[in-house]
Amino acid sequence: MSALLTLSGVHTHIGRYHILQGVDLDAPEGKTTMLLGRNGAGKTTTLRTIMGLWRASAGTVTFAGQALAPLATPAIARAGISYVPETMAVFSDLTVRENFILAARDGPLDDARLQWIFGFFPALKKFWLSRAGSLSGGQKQMLSIARAIVEPRRLLLIDEPTKGLAPAIVGGLIECLREIKRAGVAILLVEQNFRVAQEIGDEVRVMDNGRIVHEGPMAALAADGALQNRLLGLSLDAHQ
Amino acid sequence: MSAIEKSGDIGAALPRRKIDFAPALLPFLIALVAAPLIGSTSTFVTLTFASLAMGLMLFTMASGFTLVFGLMDVLNFGHGAFISIGAYMATLVFAPLILWSQAGSLGLNLGVIFLAVAVAAIVCGALGLVFERLLVRPVYGQHLKQILVTTGGLIVVEQLLYALFGPDTIPLALPTALRGAFVIGDAAIEKFRLLAVIVGLVIFAGLSLTLNYTKIGLLIRAGVENREMVEALGYRINRLFLAVFMAGSALAGLGGVLWALYREQVHASVGESLTVLIFIVVITGGLGSIGGCFLGATLVALVANYAGFLAPKIALVSNIALMVAVLLWRPRGLYPAGGR
Repeated sequence: MSALLTLSGVHTHIGRYHILQGVDLDAPEGKTTMLLGRNGAGKTTTLRTIMGLWRASAGTVTFAGQALAPLATPAIARAGISYVPETMAVFSDLTVRENFILAARDGPLDDARLQWIFGFFPALKKFWLSRAGSLSGGQKQMLSIARAIVEPRRLLLIDEPTKGLAPAIVGGLIECLREIKRAGVAILLVEQNFRVAQEIGDEVRVMDNGRIVHEGPMAALAADGALQNRLLGLSLDAHQ
Repeated sequence: MSAIEKSGDIGAALPRRKIDFAPALLPFLIALVAAPLIGSTSTFVTLTFASLAMGLMLFTMASGFTLVFGLMDVLNFGHGAFISIGAYMATLVFAPLILWSQAGSLGLNLGVIFLAVAVAAIVCGALGLVFERLLVRPVYGQHLKQILVTTGGLIVVEQLLYALFGPDTIPLALPTALRGAFVIGDAAIEKFRLLAVIVGLVIFAGLSLTLNYTKIGLLIRAGVENREMVEALGYRINRLFLAVFMAGSALAGLGGVLWALYREQVHASVGESLTVLIFIVVITGGLGSIGGCFLGATLVALVANYAGFLAPKIALVSNIALMVAVLLWRPRGLYPAGGR
């Protein structure tokens, strides 16, 4: 499978801090690639650099053959990338419906697409006219992801979607992400929960100190406790 | 609206937004307290209507400032410059059309005002573009520099106006048909104030409808809350910023025309002198919110007029006292953007 997204030697500075120190990463078309690593490894910075929210000071970011580095964030989004930040960033003063309307930048909301989304997240249908700020944390996360898929996109960047969510909600979220992948969308997903990563990841990239230190199939990492321990400071057994 | 929404099978069970009525009752409360102190019903009605007219003119001038701060996080201390420019545009339009403005025809009189408003809005909108590109854009995200640079811009504009129009106050006579008042009972409702109320209400309704029922409005409200996410959704927020800045400048210019006609005179420092009042309006109402700005302007005008009548010596500090009292109750203002 060819790489949809490729980062080569990407460096990012935030103020005087040198966060990404030569990231080489690829995300294959139509697959879910997990981006793992300890806190502070540079995972969120990687996603934000891809979106152009922080500018790369060196290196190249290529999406579907197009160089992203010269583009501003709106142009990167319009190239076909959706971003779900760790903070969810729903517009709390707007209703669920209005959040959807803004996300559907190419035209009116599509009924079939809405039904598809409501299939995963029935709560959003229920609270359609409620202020997003009045939703629970899990519902906000659902809205944040739904907003990213309200129109077809080629790549989703998702930052820690299960953080702070109840296990029952996490299960639904995993199923949703699988369905999105089945629809042919590539996903680059930052996740701290290794069990979740194991369930939905096809590929894995592990970061440490602003670099990719491991890449390969998720199944191989899941099967190798020693490697998990070395890369992430955990083993699946310990995590269970 | 999509077919799913029309089916009624959506949004059925939901906690609707609780409307916070308490701040909106404040003008009525203040009027209730002031009425017995004023004593005369006709004086009370006259003062209240004058306050409404002043409040709506203040709202027109302040709405651009609050939108620019809310969306762009820009403290534009030069906002008053556009009020001054708008006021001078009125003199430029009125001078050659003196026959229209002095004619007894209401249509001709309104035509002159409409032309003055249009010219002021266009000129101020265009100058807003220049102001944003030259002065504001280089200092995005730097509040201290914004204050310094935009205050500098205000001083430069003020001095340019002095140089172009001279240091003297320029009289601006009201069009004939708008002089005088409608007398209802013993209360006098000045004709021009009635026009100012109508214009202010139309602007308030237009802004409210735009912000609540159009996609541009949604983008502005979303941008006030999280501009980074608006960009990540694929919208060029810099263009939106520029459009809002231009619209805010145009509204200030429009307000400048109304204020110049209200005071029947124009001076280069009119914008500067109104800037403090606009800050009080915006801070009292809650930054970034059109509804808050409307309420803040109404309260400021009511308190200024009632205090001016009842206790002229404390009128000067009455608005500061109002702002302090409101901030003690609601530290972010009455209706800040994004809720409390």
